[in-house]
Amino acid sequence: MEERHLQHAPEHHVTPLWIYFTVFAGLIFFTLLTVGAAKIDLGDLNTPVALVIATCKAVLVVLFFMHVINSPKLTWVVIIGSLIWLGVLFSLTLADYLSRGWTIY
Amino acid sequence: MSDVVIHTEEHPHHPFLQHHFEDMQQQHEASTLGMWAFLTTEVLFFGGIFLGYTVYRLAYPDAWAAGAHFQNLTYGTLNTIVLLASSLTMALAVHAAQTGKRMKTFWLLAATLVLGSVFLGVKAVEYSLHFEEGLFPGSHFHYHGPLAPQIQLFMTFYFGMTGLHALHMVIGAGLLIWMMVRAWKGHFGEEYYSPVEIMGLYWHFVDLVWIFLFPLLYLIDRHK
Repeated sequence: MEERHLQHAPEHHVTPLWIYFTVFAGLIFFTLLTVGAAKIDLGDLNTPVALVIATCKAVLVVLFFMHVINSPKLTWVVIIGSLIWLGVLFSLTLADYLSRGWTIY
Repeated sequence: MSDVVIHTEEHPHHPFLQHHFEDMQQQHEASTLGMWAFLTTEVLFFGGIFLGYTVYRLAYPDAWAAGAHFQNLTYGTLNTIVLLASSLTMALAVHAAQTGKRMKTFWLLAATLVLGSVFLGVKAVEYSLHFEEGLFPGSHFHYHGPLAPQIQLFMTFYFGMTGLHALHMVIGAGLLIWMMVRAWKGHFGEEYYSPVEIMGLYWHFVDLVWIFLFPLLYLIDRHK
C-alpha cells in the first residue's frame, strides 16, 4: 500500500487562492488579446493566432481550474488519450477532404 | 486493509464513503477519473461538430467570414468574460468546499449560477436579434445577399454549436442548484468535496468549449 500512495498526488491538495486570481487575470488578458488581434490583418495568420491564444486559455483552465497539474498520471493519460483521438479524427478526415480538390486549397 | 482511515469516534468511516472504496482518497480519485472519462467522450462529441465546421469553412471561407460579421462582437466578448468569471467563482467554490467553509461554498456556487444565467440571457438576446435579422436557418432565413445558401450553413453551425453549448450550461445550472442544496446541508468539508470538484470539472469543460467557439464563430476574418 505504501507504493500506491507514493505514486499519487498529495492528499487533498488545496490550490492557493492567488493562483486562481492570477489565472483569471491571464484568461481576461488573452480574451482581450484575441479580440484585438482579430481586428488586425495578419494575412493567413489570423486564424492560427486565434487558435493558439484559445489553446493557451484552455491549457490555463485545464491545468489550474481543473487541477490537472496536481492530478495523478492516470488523469493525464486519459486527457492526452482524448486529444490523440481528436487528432486522429481531424487528421484522417482532413487528409481526405484536402486531397480531393473539393476545397479551394 | 491497513490504511482504513478512522475519521470520527462515532463512525468507523466517513458517512459519504461508499463501501466499495478503501478510503476517501481512493473514492475521490476514482470519481475524478470517471468524470474525466466522461469528458473524453464530450471532447469527441464536440470534436465532431468542430470538424464539420472546419471542413465547410475550408470549402466556403468567404461565407464563413461573412457569417462571423453577423455576430455581435460586444455581446460575444462580454459573454466570454462572464463565462470566465463563472469559472473563477466555480474554482473558488471548490476551494471553499475543500477548506470546509459551508456558507462560502454555497454563495460561490450561487454566484456561478448567476453568472451562468447572465451568459444564457445574453445568448437569448443574440438569438432574438438573429431571428429579427432573418438569419435563423430554414423557412425563417431571409438573407438574400451573395453566398446566401453557404451563410445559411454557417448559421446552422452557429445555432447548432452555441445551442449545444447552451444546453450544457442549462444542465450545469441544474447541477449547481443540486450542489447548492448539498452545500447548504453541510455535506462538504475537507474530507469530502468530490461532488463539488467534479461539478467544477464539468463547468470548466463547458467553459473550454466556449473558449474555442468564441474565436471560431465571432472573430474569424474580422479584419476584412
